[in-house]
Amino acid sequence: MTGNPIYEFALRMGDNCLILGQNVSAWCGHAPVLEEDIALANVALDLIGQTRMWLGFAGEVEGKGRNADDLAFLRDARAFRNCLLVEQPNGDFGQTLMRQFLFDAWHHPMLKALAGSANVRVAEVAEKSVKEAAYHLDRSTGLVIRLGDGSDESHNRMQAALDGLWRYTGELYATDAIDEAVIGRGFSAIEEQYKNYTSKIFDEATLTIPEATFMHKGGKSGLHSEALGAMLADMQILQRSHPGAQW
Amino acid sequence: MYAQEVKSTGKGVKSLDEMEPLERAFQEKVNADIKIEPKDRMPDGYRKTLIRQISQHAHSEIVGQLPEGNWITRAPTLERKAILIAKVQDEAGHGLYLYCAAETLGISRDQMTEQLLSGKAKYSSIFNYPTLTWADIGAIGWLVDGAAIMNQVPLQRCSFGPYSRAMIRVCKEESFHQRQGYDIMMKLCDGTQAQKEMAQDALDRWWWPSLMMFGPSDAQSVHSAQSMAWKIKQDTNDELRQKFVDQTVPQAKYLSLTVPDPDLKWNEEKGGHDFGEVDWAEFFEVVAGNGPCNADRMAARRKAWSDGAWFRDGLMAHAQKKQTRNVAAE
Repeated sequence: MTGNPIYEFALRMGDNCLILGQNVSAWCGHAPVLEEDIALANVALDLIGQTRMWLGFAGEVEGKGRNADDLAFLRDARAFRNCLLVEQPNGDFGQTLMRQFLFDAWHHPMLKALAGSANVRVAEVAEKSVKEAAYHLDRSTGLVIRLGDGSDESHNRMQAALDGLWRYTGELYATDAIDEAVIGRGFSAIEEQYKNYTSKIFDEATLTIPEATFMHKGGKSGLHSEALGAMLADMQILQRSHPGAQW
Repeated sequence: MYAQEVKSTGKGVKSLDEMEPLERAFQEKVNADIKIEPKDRMPDGYRKTLIRQISQHAHSEIVGQLPEGNWITRAPTLERKAILIAKVQDEAGHGLYLYCAAETLGISRDQMTEQLLSGKAKYSSIFNYPTLTWADIGAIGWLVDGAAIMNQVPLQRCSFGPYSRAMIRVCKEESFHQRQGYDIMMKLCDGTQAQKEMAQDALDRWWWPSLMMFGPSDAQSVHSAQSMAWKIKQDTNDELRQKFVDQTVPQAKYLSLTVPDPDLKWNEEKGGHDFGEVDWAEFFEVVAGNGPCNADRMAARRKAWSDGAWFRDGLMAHAQKKQTRNVAAE
């Protein structure tokens, strides 16, 4: 940790994209219908593209000569700064979609706010990503509504997914000194937008936000769930077993 | 190749004089290179052959996502990961165009899916081999997509309009795929000793299965003649295989890799390479379902389909509810 809040912040944004993109990409060839294989690959591609921008920027800010690949493939789990939501396992397709929706509903307003950041580089990356995030949100919102208000089974699966994942949403908009150094007081507006938007959509989807309000945190400061270590072991295998090799 | 086991239904090729008037009119149209479109009159055998060929081709694209998809989560750099995702996505897209092209002949995508999952429809034998190392991703792009292009370039001139147009789009993407595969191989062959060994091992394992992609030798392929008369097929299996070997051998040499065939040598007289005999016994076993990954590939497709039933049903249920509400509101 360099103590530079911009570095830490760029890692948080980039690691969210990387870990979610990595999870989503594992569906390639296994989705419920061909159009979903194609759409999920698109989402994963966008997220990996955004990862390259954020982590590339983080490496520059850090100034130790590490590039996006070094940061992605050569850090241990405790050095990752993604929120807990994105590292939750794919589960069934309903869990994957709900995780995506809960992330997109935060990611899009966040990038919109960051596009106005005083830090030019942060603003640039956000500007490049925000259109993709708008498309992701549009898509995941539509599917959550249709499946929530679909058959009994699709409703039950989406409700179960929401019950399991809601507890990880508080961390998205919970702020600390690092976030505030970059985005200032913009976060309170994002929290409000997030809560309003998700409750409106869940209403339409006939889904109910769980009553228990305890929110899990830790990912943003490097304290993750068990799932992350296993995922990194898979993702990093070639770089770890062939140190210094070019690919 | 992607449709290597298509049995056309015609019983030998008739001359124009032997044909009924309608049949003759159709053949003359084909001979004049006029594209056959979905609503045109066509012989039943032509329709059936095309449905089989196009659906096999589509199934190959769909199953073909699996061996490469196996390395998406382990791709060694972010750029390689993005390229591989894009490539696998292209394959899903090719499957989609091809299913649509086959649908114009009067079969639904669900029926074709059913035929794949029940084992009634075939897909290319190549996808029943495992991807064991990262170099296999390079070898697939280089060899498998290279062989696919060899077959699909002539298919752009296929007599059936929708298939021909689908192939034009597919070929553009396939040539990009082949280049990315060769690029992976170049990087490995230029790398550490372990990477070079990985590259050689991948060539050793993928060479012969790639040659099998062109299907049985012409001598054993009794149905080629009718497909060629109908311009569904333009070159024989052996011609394409020869072309592939001649194109690929110098590429292997450039990588300083050794093609695993002791009988391979340049034949000045024929202006091409002589090469050893493919192990056809292995080929027929793989086609019959006994290859190293047939069971896994089919299990993965069946699981995706059955696990996804609630998703598809849920969307249908929502669409019906919406329709009912709209009617009630009117």
